Amino acid sequence: MEDIEHIEKEMKLIDENGVRLDGRKFDQLRPIRIEAGVLKRADGSAYIEWGGNKVLAAVYGPREAHPRHIQDPARALVQCRYNMAPFSVSDRKRPGPDRRSVEISKVISEAFSSVVFKEQFPRTSVDIFIEVLQADAGTRCAGLTAASVALADAGVPMRDLVAACASGKIGGVVCLDLNKEEDNFGDADCPMAVVHGTGEIVLLQMDGHLTFDEFQKAMELSLGAADRLFELQRDALRRRYSVTLEEILRESPPPVAPPPEPEDRDFAPVEEPGPQDEAPPRDEDFGPEGI
Amino acid sequence: MEERGAALRQIVIPGEAVGGPGLKPGPGTFKSGDQILAAQLGVRTEHEGRVSIIPLNGRYIPQRGDAVVGEVTDLGPSHWLVDINAPYPAPLHATESPWRVEFGDTGRYLKVGDAILAFVLSVDEIKRIQLTMQDRDARKLNGGMLMEIAPTKVPRLIGKQGSMITMVKELTQTRIYVGQNGRIWIDGPEQGAAAAVRAIHFIEERAQAIGLTEAVRDLLEKETRGTGVSS
Repeated sequence: MEDIEHIEKEMKLIDENGVRLDGRKFDQLRPIRIEAGVLKRADGSAYIEWGGNKVLAAVYGPREAHPRHIQDPARALVQCRYNMAPFSVSDRKRPGPDRRSVEISKVISEAFSSVVFKEQFPRTSVDIFIEVLQADAGTRCAGLTAASVALADAGVPMRDLVAACASGKIGGVVCLDLNKEEDNFGDADCPMAVVHGTGEIVLLQMDGHLTFDEFQKAMELSLGAADRLFELQRDALRRRYSVTLEEILRESPPPVAPPPEPEDRDFAPVEEPGPQDEAPPRDEDFGPEGI
Repeated sequence: MEERGAALRQIVIPGEAVGGPGLKPGPGTFKSGDQILAAQLGVRTEHEGRVSIIPLNGRYIPQRGDAVVGEVTDLGPSHWLVDINAPYPAPLHATESPWRVEFGDTGRYLKVGDAILAFVLSVDEIKRIQLTMQDRDARKLNGGMLMEIAPTKVPRLIGKQGSMITMVKELTQTRIYVGQNGRIWIDGPEQGAAAAVRAIHFIEERAQAIGLTEAVRDLLEKETRGTGVSS
């Protein structure tokens, strides 16, 4: 008993110089990497590594909603399943939905249903799957950020991308993006999801207590982080499609040298764009449809 | 690289501004105040003052008049249910078939698993779909094989006035039907059909490439040389 009290007092989450346990300042994010289109079978997918978090997101749809009675004749449903792998935490997590993951699934699906153009696809459902492979605090934010990229990758019409980041209070200081220790031993944690263009907040939760001023500060930090996350999301989506474009360029034979004899017939050289062969307006490529 | 990069089409992401006042929002875009924003991940195009996004990915959403390749999944006494790769069930009513079907006798004409080329007769506000085969080109597809590509790549596969698909058909000596839903039916000599499948995958992968028609011609000529498929 005595021991636990002792540890909690000694655990200094942030020092006098404002440096946290992992060496970050109060307004710094953990290192983040996003990749789009990692799963072949899903309509859209994304993978995110956010500090110690590793999360996969997959999107299907719009597709027929089952069972039939959940269909909405006026709009599409946005359904989400957030799930943690048994090996995602240090003690084995009992597999299957629990109170926590059902709640997170609900708030994430509500966040996305405010950006997806649901009216365009009546009676269907857009299904989002978030699988947490490794957890290190902030998985709902990481999952939501990845799911947003996966939705765009699936070609689902939406108003904007959504990014999420938590802020909290540790050792009396309001900080951005808490990690595992800070989340466990800190004073408050407040995840927030933001629509990039409009600054609307589509997810807001809080664990612990913040005063109004502290909350304002936390919100400011999260909004700033959302802008940085948006850039990462945008780059991930652009990268996904420019890879194929770069491949095409690489395969083009040099203008003067004779084209090498390609052994593999799957990789025939692509024509060099000549002066008269410059990018035709896209419309022309899409001529009247024949059969 | 810089210069040639510009020749490739710019990719926009949802929420990105694609036009201002004076332009009209087209498919794949929406208006927010004065701005026109992209609703989908795709390539921006502008035509007669109308901005639209050609999506890079996405499900097939049926539209009236679309030619679709479907597979019969269920029989009713006076209709067939057809899977057209859309989020909605697509019934084909017996009166819309090219045959005189007695009530309860639908199984004599089309069975579960049969492939058909049909047309979308109507799509209403809540996306109820009806198919028709009352068209010169509609038919039951006997033999052959089915393949699928992304529906967004179908216009590229067909090409201007059907130039791309005609070339594939001629060089491989196959019969091919391409549905707007991304389903493709191919029939012909084994070698030719295999070459056609590879060519179609090639086109799907490289839908953004410039000079694709020529690249496909090269590919097919190399494939069919010596096999006696192409004359």
